[in-house]
Amino acid sequence: MLKKRLIACLLMKDDLIVQSIGFNRYLPIGNPKFPLEFLNKWDVDEIVLLDISAYKQKRKLNLKILEILSKSCFVPLTVGGGITSVDDVQKYIRSGADKVSINSSAINNSKLITQIANIFGSQCVVVSMDCKLDKDGIYRIYKDSGKIPTNLVASEWAKEAESLGAGEIFLNSIDRDGSKIGYDNNLIKEITETVSIPIIACGGVGDFSHFASGIIKGGASAVAAGNIFHYIEHSTIIAKMNLLQSGVDIRMDSEATYKGREFDKNGRLMMMSREDLSKVEFTRGKENII
Amino acid sequence: MENLINIKIIDYGMGNIQSVKNAFELLNGKVEIISGPSDIKNADGIILPGVGAFSNAIKNLKERKLIEPLKEAVIDQKVPLLGICLGMQLLADNSEEGGNNEGLSFIAGKICKIPYMQGYRLPHVGWNDVAVKKKEPLFRNIIDKGSFYFVHSYRFECDDEFVVATTNYGQNINAVVRKENVFGVQFHPERSQRKGLHLLANFVNYIKGTKI
Repeated sequence: MLKKRLIACLLMKDDLIVQSIGFNRYLPIGNPKFPLEFLNKWDVDEIVLLDISAYKQKRKLNLKILEILSKSCFVPLTVGGGITSVDDVQKYIRSGADKVSINSSAINNSKLITQIANIFGSQCVVVSMDCKLDKDGIYRIYKDSGKIPTNLVASEWAKEAESLGAGEIFLNSIDRDGSKIGYDNNLIKEITETVSIPIIACGGVGDFSHFASGIIKGGASAVAAGNIFHYIEHSTIIAKMNLLQSGVDIRMDSEATYKGREFDKNGRLMMMSREDLSKVEFTRGKENII
Repeated sequence: MENLINIKIIDYGMGNIQSVKNAFELLNGKVEIISGPSDIKNADGIILPGVGAFSNAIKNLKERKLIEPLKEAVIDQKVPLLGICLGMQLLADNSEEGGNNEGLSFIAGKICKIPYMQGYRLPHVGWNDVAVKKKEPLFRNIIDKGSFYFVHSYRFECDDEFVVATTNYGQNINAVVRKENVFGVQFHPERSQRKGLHLLANFVNYIKGTKI
């Protein structure tokens, strides 16, 4: 069976990885190399790297950084930010990206989706959508890092992107971004029911128990988050164990799985009791190439 | 350094060659990206990567005059070849992607669009279990069931005798095919983490084995 996917989203602003809160406040994490290496070793299924300042500053993502990151990445790497032409896509892929994500440029020039799909295949085009629930109860698309409203209705834009050749949709909720209250499952459900391409849900994860709802309630094929994966040891493995315990089929190849361990209601790993701890045997794991 | 073999990755202007190169650099240390007909000579192993549309790929291979030297190396000299994703599909006789296009005919078969089934979103993207049908060098020491990263909308249809492993997405899809020295994998081992790297390491060892 095809597994559901856990995706880590790394946001890069001025060549540093940041955490994003509501698309307007940013907390620096640091050099992109470290989070990428850790996540890659911690069984994450995919990594999405977005340069959130590139498009606005009318520049491309730093290809040197991409080349270095790609060398230590052995899971699919989707890269976005600053793409306005097929030529850009070529450059990003040459530097180590497997797929590209386009957002504002797809809204400004929807033909770009088809152009990329024709040359690199649909599977290479991820259309990223920043959605917000407007006062009239309709989800609409915002562009330029969620700052400028458009008239596009989320479900209609998703349908159009699909017919133009998008291979996947990266669905982000502006309302939930950095809110830590969980995914907007209504939004996810609305889009998964509209299109037949895979949906990646993002925005709002605050604790590890939130991931499963995006898949079970929202119907997403993949769940993504950014902020939560920083500052926590084995963050993606713990997220995956939570998913497995909720009945979601997901790949677990890592040596450390936390199988049989207990998690609190927020999905955080509970400490072992003194008695259990005394029974633990420490063995040397197999050496891994990554 | 001893025991290094010449692995050459065919660059025909498409695909994530950088990721494929990264993986082989880690495993073998000596890997070259080549894009001209004369460069194929003295390759110990050839990698045909690929992401994109079949018609463009075959057109680019023709334009770069790579088809004849490829056939010479693979058919006459029996150089091991690994086709990845689109590179695997190029091994077939023909493909219905973007009109009817002829392939390299290294393994008899054709490329058809995966028929849509209710509940199975297309493209087929993500980690899927691979069931190994035949004991093959590529899967040495990899436990029978393991998941690999797939991303494709077309599938390789061929006779069972060439099928090494399959995956299931509502219907069976050939995941690995082989005919003599020609191997094709539908998934992306270079992006399938440990298991993928293991499989590529097995391919490197297979090449070394053929040299003795």
